[in-house]
Amino acid sequence: MEAVAGTLLSGVVLGGMYGLVALGLTLQYGIARIMNLAYGEFLVAACFAALWLFTAAGVSPLLGLLLIVPAAFLLNLLVYRIFLAPLVRRAASPAALETDSILATFGLLFVVQGAMLAAFGGAYQNYSVLAVPVPLLGAVVPANRLVALLFAVAIGGALFLWLARTRAGTALRGVAVNPVAAQLVGIDVRRAAALAFAAGGALVAAGGVLVSMFLTFNAAMGVVFTMKALVVVIMGGVGNLLGCLVAGLLLGLAETAVAAWVDPGLTLAATYALFLGVLIARPAGLFGRVAR
Amino acid sequence: MTTTTIARRSALAGATAALCAPALARGQGAPAAIRIGYAISKTGPNAGGASITVIPNYEMWVRDVNAAGGICSGAMRIPLQVVEYDDRSNSEDCVRAVERLVNQDRADFILAPWGTALNLAVGPILNRAGYPQLAHTAVTERAPELARRWPNSFWLLGTGSQAANGLVELLKTQREAGRINDAVAMVAVADGFGIDLANGMRGALQRAGFRLAYDRSYPIGTQDMTPILAEAARQGADTFIACSYPPDTLAITEQARISGFNPKVFYTGVGTAFPLFRQRFGDNASGIMGIGGWNADSPKVQDYLRRHRDFAGREPDRWASSICYASLEMLQQAIERAGGPNRAAVIRELQTGSFDTVIGEVKLENNLLTRLWLTGQWQEGEFYGVAPSSMPGARQPVLPKPAWRAA
Repeated sequence: MEAVAGTLLSGVVLGGMYGLVALGLTLQYGIARIMNLAYGEFLVAACFAALWLFTAAGVSPLLGLLLIVPAAFLLNLLVYRIFLAPLVRRAASPAALETDSILATFGLLFVVQGAMLAAFGGAYQNYSVLAVPVPLLGAVVPANRLVALLFAVAIGGALFLWLARTRAGTALRGVAVNPVAAQLVGIDVRRAAALAFAAGGALVAAGGVLVSMFLTFNAAMGVVFTMKALVVVIMGGVGNLLGCLVAGLLLGLAETAVAAWVDPGLTLAATYALFLGVLIARPAGLFGRVAR
Repeated sequence: MTTTTIARRSALAGATAALCAPALARGQGAPAAIRIGYAISKTGPNAGGASITVIPNYEMWVRDVNAAGGICSGAMRIPLQVVEYDDRSNSEDCVRAVERLVNQDRADFILAPWGTALNLAVGPILNRAGYPQLAHTAVTERAPELARRWPNSFWLLGTGSQAANGLVELLKTQREAGRINDAVAMVAVADGFGIDLANGMRGALQRAGFRLAYDRSYPIGTQDMTPILAEAARQGADTFIACSYPPDTLAITEQARISGFNPKVFYTGVGTAFPLFRQRFGDNASGIMGIGGWNADSPKVQDYLRRHRDFAGREPDRWASSICYASLEMLQQAIERAGGPNRAAVIRELQTGSFDTVIGEVKLENNLLTRLWLTGQWQEGEFYGVAPSSMPGARQPVLPKPAWRAA
């Protein structure tokens, strides 16, 4: 019984990390309609920023969030204004924007990766923060993973309230549902999209800082995170924050359960089986609404 | 991505300069430089390993040789000139770069790429073009067969079953002394070297009469080891073996510490020998075994460690780094004995000669390095070789592993 509780708990903790890592992409892809292939690179860049603050200045990553997250917001706003806004202006249809943004951010991926390689080299990096055992429900969880889970829930919850209850949030949801109609009711779509993209960038930076406390990373690892985030976002329903968290939790639970009770070799198979199953049952994702 | 370093001749010729006439006395017809080419993974998934184990060694060797005026060739010194490509961790790119080094850059010698897959990929070209291939970061069961098929290739890191036998010999001794029971829990990453090492372990453990109480593999990239470790801990095994890659090696050790899983023998795979490992775990690294090891008490190793730290600003790993550097020393000595960049003569010399290197005297048997450290253990902040016990400088393993301390 204790073993079952332990397995479920570590599944929830892993799932929380997946949800956290994917939150930003659901904003960028769901609202700003930018399929950001450089997403994982931005996450790894935040890992490096946290590492650098920690080793060079002794700043704890949790304090580092206060610096890195606003910086990431501004940086992503610039990226959107300078680099992506022209694509948005010339795009004839959402599908065209998707193709263009995939190509453009594919290039961006190499730029960010190259900058990280030049600055930090290609070696594996890892540092230790809050690596203390916390006994919980008969299992032992590392404090850093637990903190990441709590942050994921807190950020997800705050964002959900912001989108559901505030005027700006409602405008963003309007853009997510139908950019053309949103314009007709007086929403500045370009501004809303830039805001969503930058907020997504700030979220991915928060995710990067938090996972850097317990994952080993190097400059070449971005694509792993992009893939995982994409699976979570599409499974949860593009643009849906709650769906994102639920899908992340489901994946984490499925992987942990399979690793503990079936065979650790089948965790990837379990991930994609679950993904396929959800897509067959609900093509728009768990919480997505079918377009048209 | 090409960088060409035109060699400088330095007045600071080292001790070996006494053996050669000054570089100015260059004779008629001698080449102005020896062209060294290599393709290495500066980007992509291999970059993590290549930038720790190979790149600093290549760069340091070239700088040191050129600082001494170059490689001795008969009565003079010939400086090195370097052509370097990034293979992006991709076999096709690596093969293309090596073909270019052969055909277009006309490199005199080509240094090996990082890892088993890329060394296998460039083997046929280097063989056809008659270049020596000193594979210092390739571990493959097929090494003896490849050495026969490509007599120009030299395999310096042993095989997975060799590494497994090294550990199991040690475990056997410990079991006979009554320090551990006969149950073993093993996990392995489901990828090239992890599979090779795990297969080697299974065979060796079975032959030695150990019982595999838990034997599972996990996909590459897995960093959440909690459920696997919880299952492994439940088996009552005194020995835990992880045939792991660097990120999982760190994750397994960290999560074992946090969950208080402390078997008497704790063995992890690639990455245990990295300086990052000690930096990450400090005193908690103590007692952990892993693949590789070196004789840290040897003055040559200490000198190498100091020079590497001065040059690269960080320490080398304790498995393949010193072997990589030794392969360069072997190449240099073979060139000197062959009297210049004569590839056929250099290959003959590598096959038969014996060389004075940082890892001691090296003489290859059938193109294989057979005397190398198979298991190391962190003791007093160093990763000492503990198996095979016949190696000079072998330390006694510390068992049981000390308890984890709070970080």
